[in-house]
Amino acid sequence: MKSWQYQKDISGCGLSGIINKNGERITGESIICSIACQHDRGNGLGGGFAAYGIYPDFKDHYALHIMADNLDALHAVEGFLNQTVSVVHQEKIPTRPNKYITDPPILRRYFIEPVKEGDRICRWPGLSDDDYIVRVVMNVNRDIKGAYIFSSGKNMGAFKGVGFPEDIADFYRLDEYSGYIWTAHNRFPTNTPGWWGGAHPFTILDWSIVHNGEISSYGINKRYLEMFGYHCTLLTDTEVVAYLLDLIIRRHGLPVELACKVFAPPFWQEIDRMDKEAKRLFTAIRMVYGSGLLNGPFAILFAYNGGLVGLNDRVKLRPLVAAVKGDTVYMASEESAIRAICPDPEKVWAPKAGEPVIVTMDKGASTTKKQARLSPACAGA
Amino acid sequence: MLHQPITKNYHDFIIERDPEKCIQCQVCVRQCSYGAHIYNEKDERVTEDEARCVGCHRCEALCPTEALTIRRNPSEFRENALWAPQFIKNIYKQADTGGVLLTGMGNPYPYPVYWDRMVLDASQVTNPSIDPLREPMELRTWLGSKPDAIEVEMKKGKPNLTTQFLPQLQINYPILFSAMSYGSINLNVHVGLARAAEELGILYNTGEGGLHQSLYKYGENTIVQCASGRFGVDSKYLNAGVAIEIKIGQGAKPGIGGHLPGEKIGKEISITRMIPEGSDAISPAPHHDIYSIEDLRQLIYALKEATDYEKPVFVKIAAVHNSAAIASGIARAGADVIAIDGFRGGTGAAPTMIRDNVGIPIELALASVDERLRQEGIRNRVSLLAAGGIRCSADVVKAIALGADAVYIGTAALIAVGCTVCQRCYTGKCPWGIATNDPYLAKRINPDIAHRRLANLVRAWGHEIQEMLGGMGLNAIESLRGNREKLRGVGLNEVELNILGIKHAGA
Ligand code: SF4
Ligand code: SF4
Repeated sequence: MKSWQYQKDISGCGLSGIINKNGERITGESIICSIACQHDRGNGLGGGFAAYGIYPDFKDHYALHIMADNLDALHAVEGFLNQTVSVVHQEKIPTRPNKYITDPPILRRYFIEPVKEGDRICRWPGLSDDDYIVRVVMNVNRDIKGAYIFSSGKNMGAFKGVGFPEDIADFYRLDEYSGYIWTAHNRFPTNTPGWWGGAHPFTILDWSIVHNGEISSYGINKRYLEMFGYHCTLLTDTEVVAYLLDLIIRRHGLPVELACKVFAPPFWQEIDRMDKEAKRLFTAIRMVYGSGLLNGPFAILFAYNGGLVGLNDRVKLRPLVAAVKGDTVYMASEESAIRAICPDPEKVWAPKAGEPVIVTMDKGASTTKKQARLSPACAGA
Repeated sequence: MLHQPITKNYHDFIIERDPEKCIQCQVCVRQCSYGAHIYNEKDERVTEDEARCVGCHRCEALCPTEALTIRRNPSEFRENALWAPQFIKNIYKQADTGGVLLTGMGNPYPYPVYWDRMVLDASQVTNPSIDPLREPMELRTWLGSKPDAIEVEMKKGKPNLTTQFLPQLQINYPILFSAMSYGSINLNVHVGLARAAEELGILYNTGEGGLHQSLYKYGENTIVQCASGRFGVDSKYLNAGVAIEIKIGQGAKPGIGGHLPGEKIGKEISITRMIPEGSDAISPAPHHDIYSIEDLRQLIYALKEATDYEKPVFVKIAAVHNSAAIASGIARAGADVIAIDGFRGGTGAAPTMIRDNVGIPIELALASVDERLRQEGIRNRVSLLAAGGIRCSADVVKAIALGADAVYIGTAALIAVGCTVCQRCYTGKCPWGIATNDPYLAKRINPDIAHRRLANLVRAWGHEIQEMLGGMGLNAIESLRGNREKLRGVGLNEVELNILGIKHAGA
């Protein structure tokens, strides 16, 4: 199939995210409660989570989460991995039966490291480790039918599937994990093929993204990314955000706040009023990264090992609320989803259109600290 | 065997004069530069020689009592699917004269018009459409070669841009006036184009005939063209505008040069073109210093040197079979902007056979060029202009969705000032005062009115583009550029869909 023939998927959604800036790890119960509170924002056709700091034992290895429709596909992936990377550890992704979760794909995770240059199986010499892994992911997702790598970062993981998020969480036993950043997604697709890979979050390396909205600029965002070797195969517009983050922040080295300005740039009428330096900068961003502008209604949460960011489109066509208490920052589609796990925040606000909420880990934050249970884990429970 | 010119026998138009309404005022006699209306002093009556009429409708429009109607001559040859009338008439004409058939304007034949086989998307439910009357709806476009990435350094906690940019041009609408030389059209039209471009914040193109002294003041909105004849090119000229366009080819006559006969080279044109009065102005088919891509590179850099690297260099080519590969070469040769002119693009004069049979549709050329530049990862390095047969704002939107940064309009601009597309521009007798340098005819164009009408046209298209963008849920033109998801084909086959890179409607 030609790349332009892929069908974009359309959906509405609910989001939630938590970050502890100090690196204290929070058990999964809180995020599950928060997203479950927004049950009606989804329709049971997609739920998912991203968690950071969950693999302390393998924190320097890339954790590949793979879903496969059948053993043939899985073996094809394993064959490919054996020829391109060195697998340090592999296991089934632990699950428990849930009566609402039917027909899951085969789910495996592999902790790997890219092979060094000069190694017999080094497929792409001269690439950085991260670029190497991106190639591995792109190749599997594009070329191996029936198998997808849906998570590929270090010390983090995505867990997603077809179902309401609280059931997906139960299925993946997320209450047993603890992380210093969590994001969650409840999906309301309107034309879903009912496919596990289509649920959020979308990830590449440690970038994960959950998204409520429709990216009307998808057609050009996708073609822009193709120029840089990213192939959008996951049948959804959200995927482009993950790859744009990787391109703009990791590869082009722009600071996070400027990446947000690529996605939701100031209007020309604002730029025209800026001082000379700022005007030059924002004009340059719009000239060079116009194809990366995310046009259309959206609220997104994106996370990486160093922080969590919430962002709205530049006319704020989707809801997003943020709150702070102590070292913990909350963001969600609805305030109720925050108050469900944090009844007494110090500050609650609705971020303005196009103004990112950027929360970065404190200097000296240690993510190996003992895990903490937010109290209450669920106000309603 | 015919013994008089064929046009006498089988003319194209008939002139109907309503005797009840005609007051013998002779307006038509004065308006028709072809002498189709004749005043008979003896009878004190206006009569007509229909064989001379080219169907420009000037007399009809100006007749104070609406006594005139110009119609297609209904007299027809015996129907024949192969020997359509134009072939028969052309043979008669050539048998009379022994000459090359000439014509004006763009290819009129019913080749597929892909604009009409593509439809646009609009938002429903899952994403709201945006109302351009309430929300900003941005059309601002920058033309020029962009880097792939920018670099910033933190200065006092604030990001500071360190990337140096090649020269960029800001335009307020993704629409430019395309190259029409002084000579092929007259100064009044040029003044109208220049002033409209200034008011709108867009650019007009001098064409290959140099730049009249009185127009240097519109430099901020001028692209100066450098074509194979190098007419009017000196360093002052090259530095007069904000960009320089190297004209390699023109959609209406790919592979063909130009010829402005000596009798049209009057004083002003002679000064502007920098050639002697009365001498033929011949543009060779190729540039005789460009026989290959590396030669083009030399010219691009020679022009950049001559202008201190301050002005983007455009390269304009006709859309032909290998446009994609050619465009890629041009991008690598250092051009900042590539203009592709489709086979429907207009001209002041072209051999009929060339106009009607050489070149390809702009839609297909544009789609394949944009795709090729992306595959090669160099799309950022150049801006793309689509030209040749853009008729309305929806065509502009579709061109941008296929991948253009902006479009050139030529014929549409002339229509705005009165042209009726009679295709006789090569005669130099344009009764509407456009494609003529005869002062008696040229004064029919009032530069102020031309300015106003051209500005109106582009503004109107701008509003419509904003409406269409808003309907698609977009509020910046860059989100449309190359966004082929917004297009669907109707009645196109798979090969065509593949080249255009779009899905069929319903898919
Ligand atoms: S050429 Fe034009 S002005 Fe002359 S008769 Fe025909 S329509 Fe009228
Ligand atoms: S410019 Fe004049 S001569 Fe040429 S097509 Fe238009 S009306 Fe006819």
